[in-house]
Amino acid sequence: MATVDLKDVRKVYPGGVEAVKGVSIAIPDKELCVLVGPSGCGKSTLLRMIAGLETISSGTCAIDGKVVNAVGPTERDIAMVFQNYALYPHMKVYDNMAYGLRNRGTPKDEIDSRVRSTAKVLELSHLLDRRPRELSGGQRQRVAMGRAIVRNPKVFLFDEPLSNLDAKLRGQMRVEIKNLQRSLGVTSVYVTHDQLEAMTLADILVVMNAGLVEQMGAPLDIYEKPASTFVASFIGAPPMNLLAIAAKPDSQADTLEKFFANGAGLGIAAPVLAATLGFRPEDADVLGEGEKPSGSLKLPATVEAVEPVGAESFLYCAAAGGRIVVRVAGRAVAKPGDSLEVLVPAGKLHWFDSTGKRV
Amino acid sequence: MAEPKVSGSGHDKLMIGQSATSVYVAHAILILGLVIVAFPIYYTFVASTQTLQTILRPPLPLTPGGEFWNNYTEALFGGAGRIGGVGAGTLLLNTTIMALGIAVGKIMISILSAYAIVFFRFPFRMAIFWLIFITLMLPVEVRILPTYKVMVDLGLIDTYAGLIIPLIASATATLLFRQFFMTIPGELVEAARVDGAGPWRFFFDILLPLSRTNIAALFVILFIYGWTQYLWPLLVTNRNDMTTIVIALKKMVSFADADTQWHLVMVTAILAIVPPILVVVLMQRWFVRGLVDTEK
Repeated sequence: MATVDLKDVRKVYPGGVEAVKGVSIAIPDKELCVLVGPSGCGKSTLLRMIAGLETISSGTCAIDGKVVNAVGPTERDIAMVFQNYALYPHMKVYDNMAYGLRNRGTPKDEIDSRVRSTAKVLELSHLLDRRPRELSGGQRQRVAMGRAIVRNPKVFLFDEPLSNLDAKLRGQMRVEIKNLQRSLGVTSVYVTHDQLEAMTLADILVVMNAGLVEQMGAPLDIYEKPASTFVASFIGAPPMNLLAIAAKPDSQADTLEKFFANGAGLGIAAPVLAATLGFRPEDADVLGEGEKPSGSLKLPATVEAVEPVGAESFLYCAAAGGRIVVRVAGRAVAKPGDSLEVLVPAGKLHWFDSTGKRV
Repeated sequence: MAEPKVSGSGHDKLMIGQSATSVYVAHAILILGLVIVAFPIYYTFVASTQTLQTILRPPLPLTPGGEFWNNYTEALFGGAGRIGGVGAGTLLLNTTIMALGIAVGKIMISILSAYAIVFFRFPFRMAIFWLIFITLMLPVEVRILPTYKVMVDLGLIDTYAGLIIPLIASATATLLFRQFFMTIPGELVEAARVDGAGPWRFFFDILLPLSRTNIAALFVILFIYGWTQYLWPLLVTNRNDMTTIVIALKKMVSFADADTQWHLVMVTAILAIVPPILVVVLMQRWFVRGLVDTEK
């Protein structure tokens, strides 16, 4: 139905604070783009600029090919789901959903049929006569979604819509949102700080930090090839293990042999520029007795804590270069205090330079 | 008398007021208070049903006399001589128009100014807010001469507009609405904008319904404020048929007892307190809700 194109969008607040420092994102038709990042990274500001609730300081925002910088939120034909739902407390569910249509002068019988069919899709039909305060959190969330869907807009905007729900309901609604978005085929922008939500929902994942895009792409591509230490530590739970490495001070700077901060050698060749070594907890393995694999990073480590999750366990270890987390399948045999060797295949290692960029 | 309630659901602790003696003591105090407040009003009512001669010759009986119909008809339609024979009906109408005008006008003006101050960004917004705020320190009495001069120049003496307009601006009500509006979440405002509600739609469809308990509470307070106005109506009305019931009541009383038609004064006094009581009784439910909860 519509594409969303952001070109070098900036937001400078009157006080001089630059919340968004030049972001360009192109969202193809019918795709769901997730903006993820820590709080204060500018993701919500960016979303509000797409909604028209915030003015754009410079750059352009185009919906369906038309630049909408000067167009108000009403005329942009977007619908937004807010974090606190923002339902009208004095209106019944039916009126909450019908309000936007009424304001646009939709004929009464059409409003009725659209509200009722949307309510059916969201299983809200029996709640149409209730007021928001008589609903549970999940039901309110659904009404907020219904209010967006019923308008049949060009673009859906979600501003952390699930952060007020408990974990179980959040998982359920996540799947529902994804299914709805796919079946309705509406281009969507979704803001969250939850990397799990981001990974599972996104067609395009945009990782933001300090007003800039750190990395953009398919979620699994980002997971497998994080562009920076920031992305590496933000995407994935537990986050990627990052260990500082350096060449010996007296050796030549371009040597391929690097050492950990405590002086222990890596044992394998590292890229010349590498200043940080990273690996995912699930890519590491605990070396069994008598195994002698070659071409892998071997890290002697001491177990500090064990977290059994059920299907897997996490070992929190103190290793040569710092603290690391290792995921092992099933129950962990290791106990706190055990010494073991952690093994990471060379192909699973990530290297970052001194500015944090991927090498 | 009903047995005082003592909770017996396994909890032996008594809340305050649940023991028998404390219930009786509490009721005795309440009844005593009620008698102290209600007796003068009852006595006024008794006096309003007697002939002038009975009132002037003490002691006044404690039970109503037989002149109810005569006295009330005379006061409502004939009127006392000292106020030029204007009936209490006219006075009640004047006062009602004034009190309603003040209450409705104050609410309209203050809700609109609070709306502007809270939801719009315009130059000198805070300066205007503080200007409204400092008028709290200038009661009607302080600015009464300039106000009177303005009313004279505008030819508003002896008009309803003259009675109402100078009393309409209200910093208190503006502040009250401002405080309430500031508790409305920003997301709600934005949701309305996305839903295509312009400033007027937002005001009428969302803000006004959400404020209705506040408006009701304020209406009761302001109606009574308007009803009991004394100084301003005294100044701005000269004609007896344009004055309010409170002023008329004062004018009806002369220094010489014999000159005063006490039975009509009593009737007028009773008539003067009936409308405020009606407003409070009829709007009590809303009034309490407006003071207690903010529906959000």
